[in-house]
Amino acid sequence: MDGEAGVSRPASAGAPAAGGTLSLFASELLTLFRRRRTWALLGALALIPILIAVAIRIAGDAPSGRGPAFLGQITENGLFVGVTAMIVAIPLFLPLTIGVVAGDTIAGEASHGTLRYLLIAPAGRIRLLIVKYAATAVFCAAATLTVVVVGTLIGWALFPVGPMTLLSGASVSVGEGLVRFLAIAAYVTVSLLGMSAIGLFLSTLTTVPVGAMAATAILAVVAQILGALPQLEWLHPWLFTEYWLGFADVLREPPVWDNFADNALLQAGYLVVFGALAVSRMVTKDVLS
Amino acid sequence: MTDGSRAGAGTVGDATAPDLTNGTDLAIETHGLTKRFRSQVAVDGVDLAVPRGAVFGFLGPNGSGKTTTIRMLLGLVAASAGGARVLGADMPRHVDSVLPRVGALVEGPAFSPYLSGVANLHRFDAADRHAPRRTRSARVDEALDRVGLSHAGRKKVHAYSLGMKQRLGIANALLMRRELLVLDEPTNGLDPQGTREVRALIRSLADDGTTVFVSSHLLAEVEQVCSHVGVMSAGRLVAQGTLEEFRAAGEARVLVQTPDGAAARRVLVRLGMDVDGELGGAAVAARFASSDVAPEAIVAALVADGVRVRGFEVERASLEQRFVELTGEGFDVVQ
Repeated sequence: MDGEAGVSRPASAGAPAAGGTLSLFASELLTLFRRRRTWALLGALALIPILIAVAIRIAGDAPSGRGPAFLGQITENGLFVGVTAMIVAIPLFLPLTIGVVAGDTIAGEASHGTLRYLLIAPAGRIRLLIVKYAATAVFCAAATLTVVVVGTLIGWALFPVGPMTLLSGASVSVGEGLVRFLAIAAYVTVSLLGMSAIGLFLSTLTTVPVGAMAATAILAVVAQILGALPQLEWLHPWLFTEYWLGFADVLREPPVWDNFADNALLQAGYLVVFGALAVSRMVTKDVLS
Repeated sequence: MTDGSRAGAGTVGDATAPDLTNGTDLAIETHGLTKRFRSQVAVDGVDLAVPRGAVFGFLGPNGSGKTTTIRMLLGLVAASAGGARVLGADMPRHVDSVLPRVGALVEGPAFSPYLSGVANLHRFDAADRHAPRRTRSARVDEALDRVGLSHAGRKKVHAYSLGMKQRLGIANALLMRRELLVLDEPTNGLDPQGTREVRALIRSLADDGTTVFVSSHLLAEVEQVCSHVGVMSAGRLVAQGTLEEFRAAGEARVLVQTPDGAAARRVLVRLGMDVDGELGGAAVAARFASSDVAPEAIVAALVADGVRVRGFEVERASLEQRFVELTGEGFDVVQ
């Protein structure tokens, strides 16, 4: 950052440079999680496992082979509510909530006019971008954990709970199963990082946060539609949604991590490309809002 | 050849040395600062010189380029041409070292409406890596106290009135001890009492040695506190100087109240003054023009010619008139 040249100037010598960014990050998280909208988004995500669990509790088992994967296992083992809810949430609900948070990062500040005050504080344009992205990543983790944790808790409350039968047929203890669920939450969080970078970039382009939010969510849907067309198979490995539902391997004994690694690499690629676009846009942007 | 170029370089060095010290005497210095938005020129070749310690009134009607100039000074907007130095360093190259020493209110206050006033100030303060965390709460409280907002600090900003937001915006500019304060229309939305408080605040800050750069489209609001004035019109800086220089540039005139209008006019013309056209009632007005006749001599001459003088007044053009002369009148924004 060009700030380094400035910091070394005698005029500002002795100013504490370290720790400042962490302080800004903490303040950003506080701002994000003090906002009612953030809790409304997490609440909407929490509703998914609750609806699934309550519906099955009332109506009983669905005929096998219909509905999302793992649906049939829920009546036997309530712990599967969380995984089922995750599968339901991934195509639309999760991308929507992440789109709202990522699309709001810079455009939201611009629309409130607070972007100019953050920049003249001075937050530093690149530093602000990094902090905003990090806070979005924390929200991704909070969103996936909400689905898994609420799902597990409601499943525990409404259904019998016991050792879990994995996809490979092996059975693991409840504790081991819960760890696998956390691994799934981590997998899905990583899955959303590329999309978050896209949202961050789109957010630097406009002062209308809703535009950036909608564009981000729409891109996620479009990518999934493209991913469903066999004629575009050559394109599939490049879609950021390609591995979104590929976490089932974590539920094998022993777990297979290939997908996790491929997914992480793909998401890192998206982060690098869209992060660079966001930086180049951010440092040249005229802040007129 | 080498000798010649050495000598040349030496001369250039000598020439720049005093220039540099001169530069540190100026809190803000711009050269040909220009901003074009597509085809429209918002700021056109502005050469500002704001001395340290001054209270500089940056005047001009709405849309004259004041805010765009301020945005360029603060590194929010890149100049299309020309350059700016703030506190002795080039902007926007040195934003990270300059801006911690600058407090600013730009184009109105802006806050996250879902946070309290205190939380908003904490947030902006956290963004400044030079602002010590230990003293943050104390500094926020002090700044709120200084603008009379202590009682409302815990309220969410969306419940604030415009005047309260304006005060909070000024508090934000005062979170740290600053060398330069840039206040863009600081009295917007304030009642007369609030306007007076802001003026008093500016005075006390200036007394502490802070340079204050205050923009306004209302001359009367800043006239009483400024030491220097710059006037913008249609993107250009049309006048700049100390308040005295600015006042002196306005023409003085005499106003004679008399029933003997024709006789009075004759006397005034004889004294070499420019007599204005017919004024309503029993008054004659004349500008000194090139004559430097003393006011008491005018009265003596009038009386000697039997003019019945009922009232006599010398008035200097008010700053307001001067301002209108420079920027034009009416609601039309100069394009």
